Amino acid sequence: MRTITVVGASLAGLSAARALRAQEFAGRVIVLGDERHEPYDRPPLSKTFLDGSASLDDISLITSDDNLLDIDWRLGTRAAALDPSERAVVLDTGERVVTDGVVLATGARARKMPGPAGVHTLRTLDDALVLREELRQGGSVVVIGAGFIGAEVASTARRLGLDVTVVETLPTPMAGPLGVEMGQVCAGLHARNGVRLITGVPVSGLVGSSRVRAVRLADGREIPADIVVVGIGAVPNVEWLAGSGLTINGGVVTDARCITDIPEVVAVGDCASSFNDHAGTVIRLEHWTNALQQPKIAAASLLGRTSVHATRYSVPYFWSDQYGSRLQFAGHRRDGDEVEVVEGSLDMSFVAVYRRDSRPVAVLAVDQPRLFGRWRRELASEGVLS
Amino acid sequence: MIPVCALADIRPGEAVRVDGDPPISVFNVDGELYAIDDTCTHQDASLADGWLEGCLIECPLHASCFDLRTGQPTGPPAKVPVRTHEVVVQDGHVYVLAVAVPVTT
Ligand SMILES: Cc1cc2nc3c(=O)[nH]c(=O)nc-3n(C[C@H](O)[C@H](O)[C@H](O)COP(=O)(O)OP(=O)(O)OC[C@H]3O[C@@H](n4cnc5c(N)ncnc54)[C@H](O)[C@@H]3O)c2cc1C
Ligand code: FES
Repeated sequence: MRTITVVGASLAGLSAARALRAQEFAGRVIVLGDERHEPYDRPPLSKTFLDGSASLDDISLITSDDNLLDIDWRLGTRAAALDPSERAVVLDTGERVVTDGVVLATGARARKMPGPAGVHTLRTLDDALVLREELRQGGSVVVIGAGFIGAEVASTARRLGLDVTVVETLPTPMAGPLGVEMGQVCAGLHARNGVRLITGVPVSGLVGSSRVRAVRLADGREIPADIVVVGIGAVPNVEWLAGSGLTINGGVVTDARCITDIPEVVAVGDCASSFNDHAGTVIRLEHWTNALQQPKIAAASLLGRTSVHATRYSVPYFWSDQYGSRLQFAGHRRDGDEVEVVEGSLDMSFVAVYRRDSRPVAVLAVDQPRLFGRWRRELASEGVLS
Repeated sequence: MIPVCALADIRPGEAVRVDGDPPISVFNVDGELYAIDDTCTHQDASLADGWLEGCLIECPLHASCFDLRTGQPTGPPAKVPVRTHEVVVQDGHVYVLAVAVPVTT
C-alpha cells in the first residue's frame, strides 16, 4: 500500500491518519473533508462551546504533533463517489484521487425539519456559531426531540437564562438507548431544572413566515418560540457511496475489524455499521469514543495486521453532560433487559445495571464515575454476549 | 516525601491514589512505579480509575491517553500534560516526592 485516502476530516478521520502513522505506515496519507475547518471536537458544541465558556482554540483537535505526521490535508473538498474498479475517490469537481486504500469516515449529519429563520439543527461548528449568537439574544427556546443533543441544548439554554420547553413524540425521552425506566429519570432532570417537558405528542408544524413564532403540536397546542432547535437524530453520510458496491445498512457495513465488502476499504465512526463483538450483532454507534478508537483497529486491518485493542474497545461507551450532572453509559441494551439500581438514589447520583438472563449487559451512571468504571471493566471482561 | 503505601499494595497493572491537594496516583507497570497528578488535565476525571496499557494511562471519561513517563497526552481531547513525580521506595514502602518533575516535551 502506497497511498491511503481518508474521506472525512473529523474525529474518526483524524484518528485514522494518526493511527496509520503510529502503526508506521510510511506512504502517502490524504485526508479529504468537506468542512472548511480543521478537525474540531463536536461534544462541546452543545455544552461549553455553546455557553461561551470554551473557545475555538479549546475545541480544536489538532495539536503540534500532527504537523509532524506529513498528512496531505484537503479541506473544503467533497467526495462524490467511490469507484471500486480503479479504486479511486471521485471528487465533486470530477477530480479522481487514485489510491490503494480508503478509510471511510464521513460521519453523520443532523436530520432536519424545514422551517423559517430561527429554526436550527446542531451538528457542525458553523451550526453552533449561529445558534450561540441567537441564544445570546435571549427569549424562549423550544427544543424538538429529547435525545442527548436536545437535552444538552436545553440544559445549556437554561443555564444561559432562557425559557426552555422540550417536546418529544415518544412518551418517554431516551427510551431507545436507556429504556423506559431510566428515560423517566432523564425526564426528571428536565423538570428539576425548570425546563418544561411535553411528551407523547408529535410536532405537526412550525409557525411563522419570515421567522419562527411557535411550534404547533398534533393536539393543536402552539408553543411560542423565538428559537427552535431540532434534535431529532442524525443520518449517516453514505449516499455518496451508491454505486460503489459496498453494502449499506444504516451505515457502511463492516466486520469487527472495520473491513467492508472491499478488503482495501475500511469504514469507521458514525458512518459505519460494524459487527460488534460485545453486542454480537452489527450496530452503528454515534459515540465519540468509538470514533476515536475504531480507526486504530481499521488502520491495523488496512496494513494487514490485527489490533490488540479490539476486545476492550468493543464495549460501547458514551457520556452526556446535562444540568451539571454527568451521565455515563456502557454496553448494549435491548428491550426486555432488566434494569436494577445497584447504588445511590434516582433523584441524586446512582448506578443502574441492565441484565439479560441475569448477565450484566450494560450500565448507566449519573455522577458515579468510580463505580461506573468498575462496572464498565466488568462488562469488558464478560466477552461476547447473546 | 508523601507516604503512599506498602510496595506490595500496588500490584502490577494497578494504581494507588493519594488524596491530597492535588491528588497523586502511583502506577505499577510490570514492577516499575510511576507517579502523576491524578486529575485529568481535560476535565475532572481520576486517572487512577483509567485503563492502564503499557506506560499509557487512558482517562476513564473521554479516553485521552497520557504517557506515565513524561505526562504528555497522546490523544484528544486533553492537550495539557499531567505533572509527573519522583517515586522512592524505602524499606518496602512507597513515597512520592512532592515537587513535580518539570514537564519534558
Ligand atoms: C452537538 C454534539 C454533541 C455530542 N456530544 C457527545 C457526547 O457528549 N458524548 C459522545 O459520546 N458523543 C457525542 N457526540 C457524538 C460525537 O461527536 C460523534 O460520534 C463523532 O463526532 C463522530 O465522529 P466521525 O468522525 O465519525 O463523524 P463526524 O464528526 O460527523 O465527521 C464526519 C466528517 O466528514 C465530513 N464529510 C461527510 N461527507 C463527506 C464527503 N462526501 N466528502 C468529504 N467529507 C465529508 C463531514 O462534513 C464531517 O466533517 C456529539 C455530537 C454532536 C453533534
Ligand atoms: S476528563 Fe480526561 S479526557 Fe476528558
